[in-house]
Amino acid sequence: MRIEARDLVVNYPGAPRPALDGVSMSASAGCLYAVLGPNGSGKSTLMRALLGVAPLSAGAALLDGRTSAAWDRRALAQAVGVVAQSESIAFPLSVRQMVGMGRYPHLGPLESEGDADRAAVSSALEACDVSALAHRDVTMLSGGEFQRVRIARALAQEPQALVLDEPTSSLDIRHQMGILELLRRSADSGLTVVLVTHGLDLAARYADRMLLLAGGHVAAEGTPDEVMTEDTISSVYGWPVAITSDPESGAPRVTPRRPPPRAEP
Amino acid sequence: MLGTVLIAALSTSIMLGVRFGSVPISTADVLAILAGGGDSVLRDIVLNLRLPRVLLGVIVGGGLALSGATFQALLRNPLAEPYILGISGGASLGAVSVIALGWVSQTSWALPLAAFAGALLAIGLVFRVATSTGRAMDVRVLLLSGVVIASFFAACIAFILSISPARTVQTAVLWSMGSLAGAGWGSVILAAAYTLPAAVALAALARPLNLMAIGEETAYYLGANVEGVKRTGLVIAALITAAGVSVAGIIGFVGLVVPHTIRLLIGSDNRVLLPLSFLGGATFLTLADLVARLGPTEIPIGVITAFVGVPIFLVLLRRSLTST
Repeated sequence: MRIEARDLVVNYPGAPRPALDGVSMSASAGCLYAVLGPNGSGKSTLMRALLGVAPLSAGAALLDGRTSAAWDRRALAQAVGVVAQSESIAFPLSVRQMVGMGRYPHLGPLESEGDADRAAVSSALEACDVSALAHRDVTMLSGGEFQRVRIARALAQEPQALVLDEPTSSLDIRHQMGILELLRRSADSGLTVVLVTHGLDLAARYADRMLLLAGGHVAAEGTPDEVMTEDTISSVYGWPVAITSDPESGAPRVTPRRPPPRAEP
Repeated sequence: MLGTVLIAALSTSIMLGVRFGSVPISTADVLAILAGGGDSVLRDIVLNLRLPRVLLGVIVGGGLALSGATFQALLRNPLAEPYILGISGGASLGAVSVIALGWVSQTSWALPLAAFAGALLAIGLVFRVATSTGRAMDVRVLLLSGVVIASFFAACIAFILSISPARTVQTAVLWSMGSLAGAGWGSVILAAAYTLPAAVALAALARPLNLMAIGEETAYYLGANVEGVKRTGLVIAALITAAGVSVAGIIGFVGLVVPHTIRLLIGSDNRVLLPLSFLGGATFLTLADLVARLGPTEIPIGVITAFVGVPIFLVLLRRSLTST
């Protein structure tokens, strides 16, 4: 699936400036596309605009060439799996039940799960390495397990695209790497993956392209090497950085500099 | 499994409810009467007194539990119960007004009609407030407006009662404690006409209701029509409650505790939870009413539901907390 934004403008009522102002991007099938930027730069708004949730003042959000607002909700849910930033569980629920909810858009109101649904759920559980947790209560899981279960639910939708809002924040190295490996595999198997993240270094290693937002504008767009230059990153984040090369992959790596020691008077 | 147990329990409690009262009647006699025969005095007791009362208990109890389970799922709040949107306050205001005006003795329909109208007024006000921003309905605003409107009604009731004679106050207080004593075929039909179609409609909403447990945003991304489900579900559940209140007064506890008890036993899948809550609430209220009328003076049914329900619930809660 091709996910595109053309000169998107989003104004929230009462806000002093547009949350997004003329943002364009394009991610095609097989592409892992990272959206980066400081807090409040419009990353989550872009995600919501792409999915037809945020109201557009101008521009267009297109999924396979059709504006996302024009998509039927159920058809959209069959095509795009979304992992939103946060999710609070109101009542106890097993991991299997939660992942099974990914089949919701594929089932009629009174239809129950068939063989194809069960197969989709078990392969999603398998892909996210949570099969062993199937009977656990989701409210009892660790942060990393919970995120993997949410991604499994998105995969159980058997979508053509995944859109994720900071799925690795607050996770340790092992779980971060596990999720990025999973997303990379998903992209390699033909899905379009749009990943909103704060992790510049890992995004540089895993993403095919990246979009750097600053105050609702596009600060840079391109391959990690094109986007992650010292000048761009320093000015967007308002802090001096050095860019070096990752020893394993050669991808750009950010080191925030410490301010020089104050001179004695 | 639990479904079978509950169907058996409900059938048994219906039979017990019909058999026992001031004149005990044997199972054989009850069956003979239901088949169209039997002694004419007993026939009158069974068909015109006990059966409508028991059936009203089944419908009101089942409806309250179903409505409570729906409110809990939609509002994503385990403390939600059928009266949470100010429905009991509105119904009470309607009932108290009619009692204070002295219309109760003149027509048996004035009280249920006024209570129903008051409940509808409360629902209308609460929804009006919650949707007045013109944006998506926020359940927190809904809960808050329910609480605020309920306290306004409480103030109106306190005012009416403060200027009423003691006799009126007693009648009003007894009404507000809930009772199935006024049951007749009219109230059974009224309650059934609202509750049974509503129960079917809610059962059809079970899958989207399940998604509400993981949050409105995610439910939306999974393709659920979140606003539609919220509005239809809340209106249907509120109407069930209003119908129940109008014929039986305010019966606390059934709508809060029965759904939780079922949830502790079988989990929170609404496809199972909703029908079993109905069966559980129906059984519970039928038995509670039986206990309420066995003594020399009739005890308010709300007292029984709390006396019996609280210990059962605490035991189950303790067991579920220690097992995890």
